Amino acid sequence: MIVVYADHDLGILDPLSLQAVTAAKALDADVQVLVVGADGRSTADELGAHGATVVHLAVHDALTDYTPLAAARAAQQLVTELSPQAVISAGTPRGNEVLAHLGALLDAPMSADTVSITLSASGDHEVVRNRWGGNLLETAIVHAPVLLATIAPHTVTAVESPESVTMREFTPALDPIDTAVRVIDRTGGGGGGIGLADARVIVSGGRGVGSAEGFESLDQLAELLGGAVGCSRVVTSAGWRPHSEQVGQTGTKVAPDLYIACGISGATQHIAGCRSAKTIIAINTDKDAPIMGFAHYAVIGDLHSVMPALVEATRAAKG
Amino acid sequence: MNIAVCVKRVPLSGGRWVLNADSTDIDTESSFLGFTLSPHEECAAEAAVQLVEANGGSSTVISLGVAESAEQIRDLLAVGIDRGVVVETDGTEWDPQATAAALTEQVRAGVPDAGAFDLVLLGTEAADTADYQVGIRMAHALGWPVVTNVKGLTISDGVARCERAVGSHREVYEVALPAVITVKDGINIPRYPSVPGRIKARKKPIDTVAGEHPAPRLEKVRLELPEVEERSATVLGTGADAVPALVDVFRQIGVI
Ligand SMILES: Cc1cc2nc3c(=O)[nH]c(=O)nc-3n(C[C@H](O)[C@H](O)[C@H](O)COP(=O)(O)OP(=O)(O)OC[C@H]3O[C@@H](n4cnc5c(N)ncnc54)[C@H](O)[C@@H]3O)c2cc1C
Repeated sequence: MIVVYADHDLGILDPLSLQAVTAAKALDADVQVLVVGADGRSTADELGAHGATVVHLAVHDALTDYTPLAAARAAQQLVTELSPQAVISAGTPRGNEVLAHLGALLDAPMSADTVSITLSASGDHEVVRNRWGGNLLETAIVHAPVLLATIAPHTVTAVESPESVTMREFTPALDPIDTAVRVIDRTGGGGGGIGLADARVIVSGGRGVGSAEGFESLDQLAELLGGAVGCSRVVTSAGWRPHSEQVGQTGTKVAPDLYIACGISGATQHIAGCRSAKTIIAINTDKDAPIMGFAHYAVIGDLHSVMPALVEATRAAKG
Repeated sequence: MNIAVCVKRVPLSGGRWVLNADSTDIDTESSFLGFTLSPHEECAAEAAVQLVEANGGSSTVISLGVAESAEQIRDLLAVGIDRGVVVETDGTEWDPQATAAALTEQVRAGVPDAGAFDLVLLGTEAADTADYQVGIRMAHALGWPVVTNVKGLTISDGVARCERAVGSHREVYEVALPAVITVKDGINIPRYPSVPGRIKARKKPIDTVAGEHPAPRLEKVRLELPEVEERSATVLGTGADAVPALVDVFRQIGVI
């Protein structure tokens, strides 16, 4: 039996948690899901539709919003009670955090950002996991009776596999220290890059753009194509654009239909964020830049002459 | 306020990684491009420098790794960190549990003549292994609270107010110090070292202690490069002459 920790925000299930359920189903038919907080009750149907046999709903007066350590305490209690072969979760910030806490509570190893799992009865489980934002794969052995792992986003597609799901409520035993770190407020203006993550077209600029002002033609083209502007880390560390627009390993991972890389060399850490784009166009003065090995199309030349002309031509083509 | 910042020296790649002959590590000889730190960790160091500038106290960088990790520490001393500690390894990789235990030991040791640490800053995940857990494990060992993924941090009256970006909004957390906080790239813009900064850094202390490597429980067996479509971009032309061909591509893929 596998326990999945489901990441939800105020009752809205993170879709990556359904991928984690599908990944768990591939390991064992009996997948039981831990949902923390009374507001998570609404997630049970969706979890059942994807194959959860039991939803364990952890309810406690102190659990009013996301509370990472308390979630791990609840998971620890399920581990003791149910002796699962593995506890897995989506590789979301919350999933990684809760499983890391669980690893600390159980004094057990945890494999983050995992792309494949082979369980072993002897307790030497084999995992393959991402390194360098997915630019390298690591095969590792996890020496532990219960495997703890988070699943790298989008390595499996969530599939429906309906089960008649049972809901079981329980009250985890929590100390005040378990709820000391919790969300106490929410503010707007996060600039978490949602716009970027959802954009169909991204016009992205790197060091070659040269200045904040240099982005004018990129802004214009993005607007004409109904897209968003992205950038490399060189650009955010120069203060030309906000960090919410940074694409890459320590920025946002994007998967648009079209990614236009202007004056971006194509360092592996940048590619880690845009390799899922359907079409990549590079505009670069250097025909040998690494980006040429990832782009579908390229224009060799100075972006400062290409981009303004491209803006005009696109405007004309749109009529 | 005494702040510890934990960082990890990692190789810097250009366009592609190259593996060594038995595929157990990155080949840093033939594809050598130097070494660096994760942007998350550069931001953690910048946050420490800013906090000490505002509140007084001291900052220490602790790094588990080969002796040459002192090079990365020296770069941070040049931007205002006060001292460094290398927990020296022979280059074999330590798993996150072992890493957290060794770093915790250095945090417990405190600052010579200045007392205990009040705050430990780390990156949310390391550049290479991205285990997302060293800071959390340290917090458990120290018995301190931990906030991760932090993109906004202010400290007053011994309480850290942390903001974490989630989609289009921010979550707010508050914890009393001492605490562990893991930060993300974008929390600030790290400053570049100045020439006087570099000169001062030469005189700042870097201590070395020996690390004792326990058996790994997350044990690396081998590395491989993921299968990627080998591509070579179709060149549409040179300079502005290529613009009509670009517009054709826009039409073909249906973005106009
Ligand atoms: C752990 C780690 C995480 C990182 N995370 C990220 C990340 O999330 N995102 C990210 O972007 N980087 C990240 N980096 C940094 C990354 O390694 C590169 O340094 C960075 O992506 C380079 O940015 P760039 O392509 O803009 O600049 P450069 O590499 O300097 O490339 C500039 C390019 O512009 C071209 N050019 C110059 N002038 C012109 C012109 N007039 N017209 C057309 N082309 C021109 C040049 O030929 C060159 O190819 C990370 C690094 C590390 C170590």
